[in-house]
Amino acid sequence: MNFIYPEYELVRNAERCTKCGICVKQCPNGVHTLTADTASGAKNLAADDSKCVNCQRCVVYCPARALKIVKSGNTYRENTYWIQKTVNEIYLQAEHGGVLLSSMGNPEPYPVYFDKILVNASQVTNPPIDPLREPMETKVFLGGKPKAVERDASGQIVNNTKPQIELSMPMMFSAMSYGSISLTAHECLARAAAELGVMYNAGEGGLHESLYKYGRNTIVQVASGRFGVHPDYLNCGAAIEIKMGQGAKPGIGGHLPGSKIGADISRTRMIPEGSDAISPAPHHDIYSIEDLRQLVFSLKEATDYQKPVIVKIAAVHNVAAIASGIARSGADIIAIDGFRGGTGAAPTRIRDHVGIPIELALASVDQRLREEGIRDDVSLVVGGGIRSSADVVKAIALGADCVYIGTAALLALGCHLCRSCHTGRCAWGIATQDPELVKRLNPNTGYKRLVNLMHAWQHEIQEMMGGMGINAIESLRGNRLMLRGIGLNTKELEILGIKHAGE
Amino acid sequence: MRITAENLDSIQLNRRIRNASGAVLIDRCFGQRYIGSGFKDKKITIYGTPGNALGSYLDGASIIVYGNGQDMIGDTMNGGEIIIHGNAGDGLGYAMRGGRIFVRGSAGCRAGIHMKQYQDQKPVIVIGGGTGSFLGEYMAGGMIVVLGIGIEAVPVGDFTGTGMHGGCIYIRTSRELTNLPDQVRAEIASWEDKQAILPLLSRFGEYFGLDGRKLAEDRYYLLRPNTDRPYAQLYTKN
Repeated sequence: MNFIYPEYELVRNAERCTKCGICVKQCPNGVHTLTADTASGAKNLAADDSKCVNCQRCVVYCPARALKIVKSGNTYRENTYWIQKTVNEIYLQAEHGGVLLSSMGNPEPYPVYFDKILVNASQVTNPPIDPLREPMETKVFLGGKPKAVERDASGQIVNNTKPQIELSMPMMFSAMSYGSISLTAHECLARAAAELGVMYNAGEGGLHESLYKYGRNTIVQVASGRFGVHPDYLNCGAAIEIKMGQGAKPGIGGHLPGSKIGADISRTRMIPEGSDAISPAPHHDIYSIEDLRQLVFSLKEATDYQKPVIVKIAAVHNVAAIASGIARSGADIIAIDGFRGGTGAAPTRIRDHVGIPIELALASVDQRLREEGIRDDVSLVVGGGIRSSADVVKAIALGADCVYIGTAALLALGCHLCRSCHTGRCAWGIATQDPELVKRLNPNTGYKRLVNLMHAWQHEIQEMMGGMGINAIESLRGNRLMLRGIGLNTKELEILGIKHAGE
Repeated sequence: MRITAENLDSIQLNRRIRNASGAVLIDRCFGQRYIGSGFKDKKITIYGTPGNALGSYLDGASIIVYGNGQDMIGDTMNGGEIIIHGNAGDGLGYAMRGGRIFVRGSAGCRAGIHMKQYQDQKPVIVIGGGTGSFLGEYMAGGMIVVLGIGIEAVPVGDFTGTGMHGGCIYIRTSRELTNLPDQVRAEIASWEDKQAILPLLSRFGEYFGLDGRKLAEDRYYLLRPNTDRPYAQLYTKN
């Protein structure tokens, strides 16, 4: 009664297969089995589709290209209301009685506003700029900007600039903790950030001692569980991020199960091995903007006002009012995470039904902060579903200073989005702590692929900027005239603050 | 060095303390926040009322307050000692990982929540009076002692130890302790159980002029977590 027919089926091309057994070694879930007939010695390869998560590892590593994974096609009686996925989830819960747990971002077919926004280009007047010939500035500084030039009694300019983060391009790697991903994955992000002149975010699990040397390119996080937070950790990073929320699971906390807290993770989180790491949903000291201000300033005080403080929230219904409060709390940077943002594990219902698209959240926050005259007090960083340089350009034109890249960075490291991070059996050595699996991710290759991806996006951003006749990313920020909507209704256009294509 | 805090704001006062060499004595303290935040090796004595987040991220320094403290004393403290000769506000020792806090009077709500221990770091909070609700919520390690001195009723509020999955709480009371959440197992502490708090009680007595040994003779509840994995059975892999 509990049998659910596997969603994907492994297809083995018998003519191509050499029965080398590489698929058996590559699969962390035991899908493939190689047997030999005792009498004849003939080898046989079998597959148990029910264990397959469609991570594509065997497909990629099959030297004979004998494997592919396809939808199995087993179909329940068609019903547009009770779709197969819904029915299967009921079967699962009827059997186990638990909260459904999923990973990575919201996969449901909600509107993707990035895909309904088009970018402008110059023709004839205000001509395009050739990025291969002209300088194209993609450098950004994150942090509050002074409202006016200040002079002392003798007329000398007083340096009233608050602490800033300097980035060579408007992209950073978003928060992923050591625990949710492997130390090698962290190392790849750290090395890539250092080479690119950007930041990676260590997430809420503390910082491994081997990565302190990348501190200048590290954002350290302080979450409700305060794992691994101590003065040296705070002072090591280039900025401190207070995690109030996450796009994949707004309003709830996180539980890293004790089974994943091995010796090394225990050291970085600073908790005993095998003990559950529970991050409660709220910070129990923060119930108001005044309370948030207190945490912001206690962190600034502990780091002698040398580091910008970021407050990260999930994109939720009243995000503009919340951001306005954060801007007044003394934070230097606001990070907003949209509902497509990834996660190592989140309750399915929360991931798929809570939060709002980052495009709408960003547009309304930027608008609100401008109206209140406090936009320059903070920088805006947005994440949660940035898939390409086009999304980056659109986000910046909607008002962001910079974007956070998470899922795309993992894809660069080999992730095939099988969305099984919560099993801890990542075949690509990313979302796992199994030493045998972690070894699969080569830090030299991984970091280089991240550098390649970011450079490629940077070039594409420069091309698009050039096309618009813009030679500095700062001139694109909040430049919504460069955007037009396609197939959007009046309300959506109003929130996004853009005109319809053709207008 | 002596600093009169009266006309200084938090930032000015903290800068003065940071730049001072040797021990610091602050008098006329009127609610200035974040005093000693992240300090590793200073001795700070305060007369008056320090503001919120006193000794947050404290990493080895020692702070003595002759007066009351406010909220979030010792937030995410990693080491060192804080002694309060009065009452403490809410969130005392939030997510504390090391060091010791002694409070002569009572503490507000959420004392010692999310306390944790790590290797040889075992944080301790000793509260002379009572506490508000949510004492030791989500507690993952370390030790809290509530002495209930001068308090007739049960000296702790509601929801004591909710979500607790490590550490232990001692509560001195002759009353019946009821209304505890499922995650907590409570028993009357035996003389063996009390051995762990004896040195803390004598230190408490020494700091505040009381007979610590005599305090140990009374009846204590010992609260421990029922399981170290309170959320293990919550999820189904989808």
